[in-house]
Amino acid sequence: MSFNPTGQGLTRRGLLAGAAGMAAAGLILPRGARAQEARRGGRLRIGHLGGATSDTLDPATYAAGPVVTAMLAVCNNLVEIDAKGQAVPELAEFEPDAEARVWTFRLKDGVTFSDGRKLTARDVIASFDHHRGADTKSGAKGSLEQVKEIRADGDNVVVFELTSGNADFAYLTSDYHFVIMPANEDGTLDWQSGLGTGGYVLENFEPGVRITLKRRDDYWKPDRAWFDEAVLLTINDATARQNALMTGEVDVINSPDLATLHLLQRRPGLQLVEVTGTAHYTMPMFCDQAPFTDPNLRLALKYAIDRQEVLDKVLRGHGQIANDSPIAPANRFFAADLPQRAYDPDKAKHYLKQAGMEGLKVEISASDAASVGALDMVQLFQQSAKAAGIDLTVKREPDDGYWSNVWLKKPFCVSYWNGRPTEDDMFSLVYARGAEWNESHWDNERFNELLLKARAELDEGLRAEMYREMQGLVSEDGGTIIPIFVNYIDVANDKVAHGEVASNRFLDGWKIVERWWQA
Amino acid sequence: MSAAEARRRPILRMIAGRLGIGVFTLFVISVLIFLAVSLLPGDIAQQVLGQSATPETVAAFRRELGLDQPLAWRYLDWVGGVLSGDFGRSLANGRPVADLLAARLGNTLFLAAYAAVIAVPLAVGLGLLAALWRGSWFDRIANVATLSAISFPEFFIAYILMFWLSVRMGWFPSIADPGASPRLAEMLGRAFLPAITLVLVVTAHMMRMTRAAVVNVLGAPYVTMARLKGVSRWRVVTRHALPNALAPIVNVVALNVAWLITGVVIVEVVFVYPGLGQLMVDSVTNRDIPVVQACALIFAAVYILLNLLADVLAIATNPRLLHPR
Repeated sequence: MSFNPTGQGLTRRGLLAGAAGMAAAGLILPRGARAQEARRGGRLRIGHLGGATSDTLDPATYAAGPVVTAMLAVCNNLVEIDAKGQAVPELAEFEPDAEARVWTFRLKDGVTFSDGRKLTARDVIASFDHHRGADTKSGAKGSLEQVKEIRADGDNVVVFELTSGNADFAYLTSDYHFVIMPANEDGTLDWQSGLGTGGYVLENFEPGVRITLKRRDDYWKPDRAWFDEAVLLTINDATARQNALMTGEVDVINSPDLATLHLLQRRPGLQLVEVTGTAHYTMPMFCDQAPFTDPNLRLALKYAIDRQEVLDKVLRGHGQIANDSPIAPANRFFAADLPQRAYDPDKAKHYLKQAGMEGLKVEISASDAASVGALDMVQLFQQSAKAAGIDLTVKREPDDGYWSNVWLKKPFCVSYWNGRPTEDDMFSLVYARGAEWNESHWDNERFNELLLKARAELDEGLRAEMYREMQGLVSEDGGTIIPIFVNYIDVANDKVAHGEVASNRFLDGWKIVERWWQA
Repeated sequence: MSAAEARRRPILRMIAGRLGIGVFTLFVISVLIFLAVSLLPGDIAQQVLGQSATPETVAAFRRELGLDQPLAWRYLDWVGGVLSGDFGRSLANGRPVADLLAARLGNTLFLAAYAAVIAVPLAVGLGLLAALWRGSWFDRIANVATLSAISFPEFFIAYILMFWLSVRMGWFPSIADPGASPRLAEMLGRAFLPAITLVLVVTAHMMRMTRAAVVNVLGAPYVTMARLKGVSRWRVVTRHALPNALAPIVNVVALNVAWLITGVVIVEVVFVYPGLGQLMVDSVTNRDIPVVQACALIFAAVYILLNLLADVLAIATNPRLLHPR
């Protein structure tokens, strides 16, 4: 075990009082130590990016935005990700069998929905079945394809039988799609009523405007859900979001405008909460389509981008350079010892020559719909590639419909991933042979073989070794340029306090409502 | 009495005729909007699922919403619903469109009324004074100030106001969202900055039209006559010039009020005000046809009704308009 599971190299510029930060790190310390710090009461107001009038409570349609943040306070998952990036039991203790193929989840005692009903295995099964089967419209359908059967064993035990072993299955159940909601009589999911087992009840939901949550007095977790009330306002305009924070209309905002962040930081009474998570920018090339069939050409392009410049100019330093692998320092099995690829026009020329494609002309499709600053990034790429003798033309695509008409359709484009907490999930989703979202059409024999092997392996040391080799393969042979990881940035005022912040999403892993408290 | 009746009847006939044409216009607009939204690339299934769309989930989504039916059939289905008073349900979140619109329409009308109550008297007053003191310093300053205000983009005015009155001075909130169940006083305070932004945008147009119309009339012989009889300048303007200049002013006011209801999406976004504009933009982005259709019908109806009202008022102040030569 040469890997540090806390994720070395995590940059945390957030202003955490050291002691207060540690004391609140959720499940690590006994309750007494933390209770002095966190206190009950108050109102949390969040200025949230990403709400729309089309938002619904249906977990099949969750993407990001205030609905997900709110519903993670209204509901619980079987498992949650803590500040260290570890999967810890939430609604259920879990246990795999020796092959990691059959997973048993034992529901905790005394958990009730906010209408008083007891949580049972039926509710859990309905919550997962909602994302399975031919008629589901769920974005999480792919993740559950490995599940062969879900069955109840009595009222309190749910057994997941997988098609093959997956040592990370517990992580998967922490996905925000798999919030546990009550089942209807017929076994379908009752998402319409917005009931959950969480610390808050939904009081008012006006899609695209605001969500109001009220604390439940009988919440089963004694050391969570401190605020009496929470209001999530949709503020999609970055300037309006920052003004709302500065004028005290809200306590916390996510995604501040990077261009003016340094000015915001100068204001007293504001704290920056910044974590490097797993989110990354990608530029996939179709490996089965000329000219990208040649690995030398792919390497040439990888050497032709100036990652540091992209980080400095597009993200203004709020991120980290990446090594053409989607596994981030925040992941458990990040291979920190792989050599970092740097901008090297000579090497790019060398590989271009190897490929026999000097003077190459290639077009990349881009739009800011893929990620903030994507167009700026490809323009920088265009300049740096020119020095390497590559004529990169930028095709500017319309924002509207980018994901349906450009991504996965054009042979070379920009894309974005929030990343996944586990290596297996990330690799299976985007880099495995035949995966629905294999955006680069990459198919590497050795990689696919290791993917299956590592998935079923329970020995951490062996897994680390396999994932290291796979990161090397993606980086060297893969069809995706991954220049940067992007930080999750929230800004809060001094009326709210928090413990160590989870790095898997914005707003403390989207669990801010349950985890933070008033200062 | 019979003379008055004769005068009223053509007005009634005109109103009925215009309403009939209005209904036909609404029908044509509904067809156009339906076709336009259908022509946009992608559909609601792809838009909502975004990056996580797969062929199967998109197909399941479409089946659930009935989007696998032919276009004409879906349109007829929608028309049938509307004719029986049912605007259908939002494709995106399954809520009845009427419910979605009700709250938003109320907010939009409130903001428009708020801005209009300030802007219309202000613009007409400034216009009258500018006409009265034509060529004076007041005239020039009023012109330059209102023209500058209209020349800036709305979001710029909004940010400037927000920066000074909200961030710096702290007098007004930077967010206009009044909350779930606001009181009137709170709504007035919260919506003040967006209302003032809109006032600054619409004043110039109405003021200049008022000034031009009044100046035009002031050149007429009967005004000179009134002056020669010794009537005061102010009285000449208010009693003789303004009534005769009302027709064009009323028309411009109607157009501007219609804009206040239909065209303020940017101000809504900047001040986080939950109005109809934001709803419509979201719905177009998501290809949520029933909501787009309902919004478009409301906006079109606003234009038709306000224009009709303007014509009726113009005729009421100047019955000669009923008998075009």
